[in-house]
Amino acid sequence: MGSLFGWSNPGEPTGHDFTEYQGREHEVDVDPETPILWVLRDTLGMSGTKFGCGAALCGACTVHLDGEAIRLCSTPISAVESGKISTIEKTTDGTDRVGAAVHAAWVRHDVAQCGHCQSGQIMSATALLASLSPGAQPTAEEIDSAMAGNICRCGTYARIRAAIADAASTLV
Amino acid sequence: MFPNIDHKELPRALQHIMERGRSTTAQAMPRRSFLKLTGALSLAVGIFPDLAVAQSTDADEAAASLKPTEQPSAFVQIAPNGEVTVTINRLEFGQGVQTALPMILAEELDAEWNLVRSQLGTNDMAYVDPLFGMHLTGGSNTIKNSFTQYRELGARVRAMLLAAAATRWNVDVSTLRTEAGAVLASDGRKLGYGELAEAAMALPVPQKIALKDPKDFRIIGQPTRRLDAQAKSSGQQSFGIDFKLPGQLTAVVARPPVFGAKIASLDDSAARAVKGVKAVLRVPLDRGAEGVAVVADGYWQASQGRDALKVEWDTSAVEKVDSEQQLAQYREMASRPGPRQFDSDMVPLETAPLKLEAEFVFPYLAHAAMEPLNCTVRLADDRAEIWMGSQSAGPDAAAAAAALGLKPEQVVLNVQMSGGGFGRRFSSTYDTVVEACEVAKAAKAAGLNAPIRTLWSREDDMRGGYYRPMHLHRARIGFDGQGNVLAWDHSIVGQSILTGTVFEQFMVKNGIDAATTEGMRNPYPLPMRLTVHHPKANVPVLWWRSVGSTHTAFVMETLLDDIARATGQDPVAYRMRLFGDQHIRHRDALQLAVDKSGYGKTQLSEGRAWGVAVHESFSSVVAYVVEASVADGQPKLHRVTAGVHCNLAVNPLTVEAQVQGAAIMGLSMCLAGSAITLKDGVVEQSNFSDYTVARITDVPKFDIHIVLSAEPPTGMGEPGLPPLAPAFANAIARLTGKPLRQLPFNLA
Repeated sequence: MGSLFGWSNPGEPTGHDFTEYQGREHEVDVDPETPILWVLRDTLGMSGTKFGCGAALCGACTVHLDGEAIRLCSTPISAVESGKISTIEKTTDGTDRVGAAVHAAWVRHDVAQCGHCQSGQIMSATALLASLSPGAQPTAEEIDSAMAGNICRCGTYARIRAAIADAASTLV
Repeated sequence: MFPNIDHKELPRALQHIMERGRSTTAQAMPRRSFLKLTGALSLAVGIFPDLAVAQSTDADEAAASLKPTEQPSAFVQIAPNGEVTVTINRLEFGQGVQTALPMILAEELDAEWNLVRSQLGTNDMAYVDPLFGMHLTGGSNTIKNSFTQYRELGARVRAMLLAAAATRWNVDVSTLRTEAGAVLASDGRKLGYGELAEAAMALPVPQKIALKDPKDFRIIGQPTRRLDAQAKSSGQQSFGIDFKLPGQLTAVVARPPVFGAKIASLDDSAARAVKGVKAVLRVPLDRGAEGVAVVADGYWQASQGRDALKVEWDTSAVEKVDSEQQLAQYREMASRPGPRQFDSDMVPLETAPLKLEAEFVFPYLAHAAMEPLNCTVRLADDRAEIWMGSQSAGPDAAAAAAALGLKPEQVVLNVQMSGGGFGRRFSSTYDTVVEACEVAKAAKAAGLNAPIRTLWSREDDMRGGYYRPMHLHRARIGFDGQGNVLAWDHSIVGQSILTGTVFEQFMVKNGIDAATTEGMRNPYPLPMRLTVHHPKANVPVLWWRSVGSTHTAFVMETLLDDIARATGQDPVAYRMRLFGDQHIRHRDALQLAVDKSGYGKTQLSEGRAWGVAVHESFSSVVAYVVEASVADGQPKLHRVTAGVHCNLAVNPLTVEAQVQGAAIMGLSMCLAGSAITLKDGVVEQSNFSDYTVARITDVPKFDIHIVLSAEPPTGMGEPGLPPLAPAFANAIARLTGKPLRQLPFNLA
């Protein structure tokens, strides 16, 4: 919803405009100790990666660094000298086979409630499935173990389990 | 998220707020604004009172006699391409009303579901709860109170579309019908809603409309995926924390370590030197406290600036609570006489053949929603616009107006999608919005002409107060060999949630807060004497998902299980006997859970036991039959079978999700580390490292069943929470022979 008062051209929230940042290199002028989460959210305007705890305890800010799931709230930009970071927007844009399968399963199983943790959940789930050998199905224990770092206060865990198993079955 | 309220009483509370000079809401927005707002992309359906004058006096009268909550123009927009956008009158924070309310409206509208969209509203009067007359998302009330409202809205728009088609084709309206977003004539002609919307908008809003026979429902009652499922599964959903205006700055606030304390001295030179910091501001805070806001380009810079502050706090004038001392004080209070909720004769207690004594302790609990609290404020001289996830847009906007020295109608609050809330986004003192307004006001006074987002860290959120209160329960029960309770003497000690809030005058009676005692005794026909003490403590408390039932259900359902166990009775049969013929919904919910679980038929594997509990809260009944074990001294929940009675289930897929989610929040209460404690006035926990919430590894298998019903629906945001912990505890007690008397569980 735009402004109700006719302020001078407020525009839409920039939170929606991420795609232009994807798949590109970015040069930013920030303190090297700045966690990448805040470079993404505040400097680049990519808000799909969420702030939950700031201490790598809840997993809301999970992204992939060269395919590995990492927590951006506690990763200063100086710690990543080179490497490719993939965020929720890229992983679910249809170009990543595993990400697309996880995204589709998440929708099919109606996993999200409030949805604030789900970017991180999907990134952890995608990293798990991408790490399996082709055709392998994760066990219930492997799913729980891979997802244990991602908190969902709404309690969507049962559907998360079902969606991951379902996504894996579609990747065979 | 809110105590059970008699809606007939609420207008008195609102009158009370008005008398205190805080109007609860801004004026209803002129309908024309909606037209302007929606712009060229979509057309608001309905008649605008100010336009109607020029068109039809009759129409004007008809429209004017409808309340703002009944005006289709505030709720429905139909675009030329047929997309129907429904505005919801609540906060969506996970509970699924952003899908269920559009389902209800689309049903009567005969909309094509694939073309239905939804959006959140504002503090406009159209978006008050139609029964309470105030903006409110809580008490599991949305579906219960807005079911008829949204049906009627849909039916009104449908009638206007039909009338527009009849005029277009010059036929009698009775020859037309609607189906899946189109009007159809008897000769096969067809017009989509998008083609009729503009003409329909110019017609009068009908006052009297017929609603469908529920047997004809084709959307209501169907398991339906959430409208926000795609956006929330791809990072595209914008939450309050994501909202961003050009030039927006971010503030974090240094709050005192003890509630209500003030600044003794401040050295902000290092903070001002942090790159990106724009201002360091002293601001008045909630409960008379003082704080320091650091305003910067972004959160990280603001946070670095705050870390660099040198603040000495003056805590001399405020009470410094210590949880251990507090518990000792509560124990002492529990043995004193006090006001009584129930007052049965306690003489039979002394001569009863069997007796049971128990004491229960429940800690403070934080809501700990995944999206930390935040609020964005933009100020001009004569107006303010606010973006926040609010469960109470009208009262929050009114409180903002008071803080800013504006009139309520000069403040617009745009309700933002929220990452959970569980009651915390309706603060009884409006602390979140008032603080953000104080920061914005101070920033403007300091010459910063920018919108300001005040953002809480996780630590701020967890230490910021407004907890589910700590409670002590004590019971002495006399009963006979058949489990007939002869006398039940019970006392509760805990801070009052509602005292000092708008609800005090009709929900705190005889010194007893109804939010403390809800869930006690009923529906069981027990001779009870219930004494209640409300100590005061310098710890802000608040409603927390399922409120009083978070502790009363645990006490009632574990004690009844103790009596059943002591008298050799099956816990299901014992409860069924107590329900008698009076409480059919309780019986049906419990029976369904029993039947589907295999209870009484299936032999559990070695080391596992059944646990049962059933509880009504917020007009819905949930029964759990669970399987649990103890491994390495730790209780483990394996399987939960639920029987749910919420009358007509509007969206069974959401009902299932809410029961799972509420059960897991109930499970969280049982886990070690799920407690907020204070030492020397300071909250000891700060983040998910020391405040436990359930993780996927804690979670059981779920099997959720809904009792079929066509009665008007009741809410499901909260009722799934209360019976989980007692069902789990009852299973553990059957394994260990020792009842559990505190949350979180302690098997020592």
